[in-house]
Amino acid sequence: MSETMVALYVFVLACFIGYWVIWNVTASLHTPLISLTNAISGIIIVGALLVAGFEEMGFVGAILGFTAVLLASINMFGGFLVTQRMLDMFKKKKK
Amino acid sequence: MQLGTDTLAFVYLISGALFILGLNRLSHPSTARRGNLFAMTGMVIAIVATLLNPAVKSYTFIWPAMIIGGVIGTVIALRIQMAAMPQLVALLHSFVGLAAVLVAVGTYLDHRQQGLLSTVFMVEVFIGIFIGAITFTGSLIAFGKLQGLVTAAPVAYMGQHWLNLLLGLVMIGLGVDFAINDHFASLMLMTAIALLLGILLIIPIGGADMPVIISMLNSYSGWAAAATGFTLQNKLLIITGALVGFCGAILSYIMCRAMNRSFISVILGGFGTGDVADASGVAAATQKGVKSSSVEDAAFLLENASKVIVVPGYGMAVAQAQHALKELFELLEAKGVEVKFAIHPVAGRMPGHMNVLLAEADIPYDRAFEMEVINPEFATADVALVVGANDVTNPAAKKDPSSPIYGMPILDVDRAHHVFFIKRSMRPGYAGIDNLLFYQDNCSLLFGDAKDVCEKTVAALKAA
Repeated sequence: MSETMVALYVFVLACFIGYWVIWNVTASLHTPLISLTNAISGIIIVGALLVAGFEEMGFVGAILGFTAVLLASINMFGGFLVTQRMLDMFKKKKK
Repeated sequence: MQLGTDTLAFVYLISGALFILGLNRLSHPSTARRGNLFAMTGMVIAIVATLLNPAVKSYTFIWPAMIIGGVIGTVIALRIQMAAMPQLVALLHSFVGLAAVLVAVGTYLDHRQQGLLSTVFMVEVFIGIFIGAITFTGSLIAFGKLQGLVTAAPVAYMGQHWLNLLLGLVMIGLGVDFAINDHFASLMLMTAIALLLGILLIIPIGGADMPVIISMLNSYSGWAAAATGFTLQNKLLIITGALVGFCGAILSYIMCRAMNRSFISVILGGFGTGDVADASGVAAATQKGVKSSSVEDAAFLLENASKVIVVPGYGMAVAQAQHALKELFELLEAKGVEVKFAIHPVAGRMPGHMNVLLAEADIPYDRAFEMEVINPEFATADVALVVGANDVTNPAAKKDPSSPIYGMPILDVDRAHHVFFIKRSMRPGYAGIDNLLFYQDNCSLLFGDAKDVCEKTVAALKAA
C-alpha cells in the first residue's frame, strides 16, 4: 500500500470519528466548538515550520515560511484563548 | 535532541488523540474547559516535536514568527467582544486558508529543488492551494460583511453562477496542466482564479445566512488543512483537518435544517433583501393595526406572570442588550417569576452565538433551552418577550404557504398568553417579510432599541 493510500485510510477513518464526536457537542457550545476547531486548525503550523525550516530554499521560502508560521500562531493563540474565555463564562454560571 | 521518524509519528498520534478527546468534552459545559486544555496540550507537544524534527534546520524565521503571532493572537483573544465573535472566527478561518496556500507552495518549491516531484504529489498541491485560496478570500468577504465593510445584502448579477462554473473549470484545467507538465505559471494563474472564486462564491450570500457561511468556511478550513496533510504526508494534519472539516459540515447541516433550506440554495445565495426602506415606526404600526405598548404595561405583566420566556436574537447582540436583560432576569427571579430563554439554532450570526452572549452576561446556561425543548412550553407561558429576534418567531412559517420562510421551524411565541416584541421600527426582518405575529391580539410591540427598552423595563420594575 502506497503512502497516499495509507493517508487516505487515515483520512476516511478520521472523518467517521469527526462525524460522531461533533454530533455529540451540545448546541449551547457551538460557538466555542467553532473557535476550538479554529484553534486546532492552527496545526497547519506543523507544515509551516517545515517550510520555514528548509534552509536551502532561500529568500522566497523564508518569506513563505515566516508568513505561514505567523498566521498559524495567531490562529492557535487566538483560538485557544478565546475558547478558554468563553468556556470560563459558561463555568461561572453554575449556581 | 532530534527525533526519529517513528518517534515523531508517535507523538503526532498522541496529539491527534488529544484533539479528539478535547472535542468530545464539549458535549457538556462542565467538561468543556478540560477539553480545551486537552487540545492545547496536543498542540504544544505537536509543535515541540516538529521543532525537534531534523528536517527543520533553521530557526531564524521560526522564533520571531511564533512570538509575533502569539502576541497578536493573545491580544485579539483577550480584547474581542463576544458580540464580535463571528467576525473573529471569519478572520481566523481566512488565516488557515492563506497558511495552507503558503505551505503548499513552499512544499512544492522544496520538493522541486530536491527532485521529489510526482503527479500524485502535484495533484495534492493543487487541491491544497485551491481549497486554501477559496477559504482565504471567502472568509475575508464573510469578515467584511459581518464587520460592515462589504454590503451584507446579497450581490447578484447576470450569469453569476455560470461565470463561477466557467472559472472553476478553467481552474481545474490549469491544475491538470500543472500536475502533468509542471508549469509553474499554471499554478500561479490557478491560485489567482481560486482567490477570485472565493470572493465570487460568498458575495451573493445575504447576511441572514451568515450562520451557514461561518460553518461552511469552518469546514473548508478543515479540508484545507487535510489537503496540506496529504502533500506533507503528515497524518496529524489529515486527522485534524478531517475533524474540523466534519465539524463545519455538520454545523452547516444543522443551520440549513433550522432554516428549512437546502445547502445548495444557501450557496447560490440571493436570499433576503438586506436593507429595506425604513417606515416611521409607530405611525406605520397603527396604520397596519398593530398594537404598541408602554414599558410600564410590560413591566406590570412581567412581574405578575408566573412564567416568562425570553427570545433573544441578533438585535440583542447589536444593541448589546444582554447585560440589561440579565438585570431584568434577576429582578423577575427575585419576584418569584420563572424565566427561561428560548434559543433558535440560527439566532445571531453564528451557531451558538446567543448562548455565548447570555453566558457573557452571567445568565446561567441551564436557563437557555433549544427550540425543540422549549416550544411545548410557550402555551403555558404568561409572557413571551422577544428581544431582537424576528423571522424565527414569524407564524407565517406555519400558516402562509406563499411566504418565503414557509416550512421553517420557528419558536412558537404566538402561543404565549401575551407577547411583548421589542423592535426598533416596523422594518421587516432579514427575510424581508412582515411578521404575522404583530397582528395577533395577544402581541404588543415595544418600540425602541433593545438595550434601552430592557433598561427602562428594569427601571419600571424597580419603581413598582
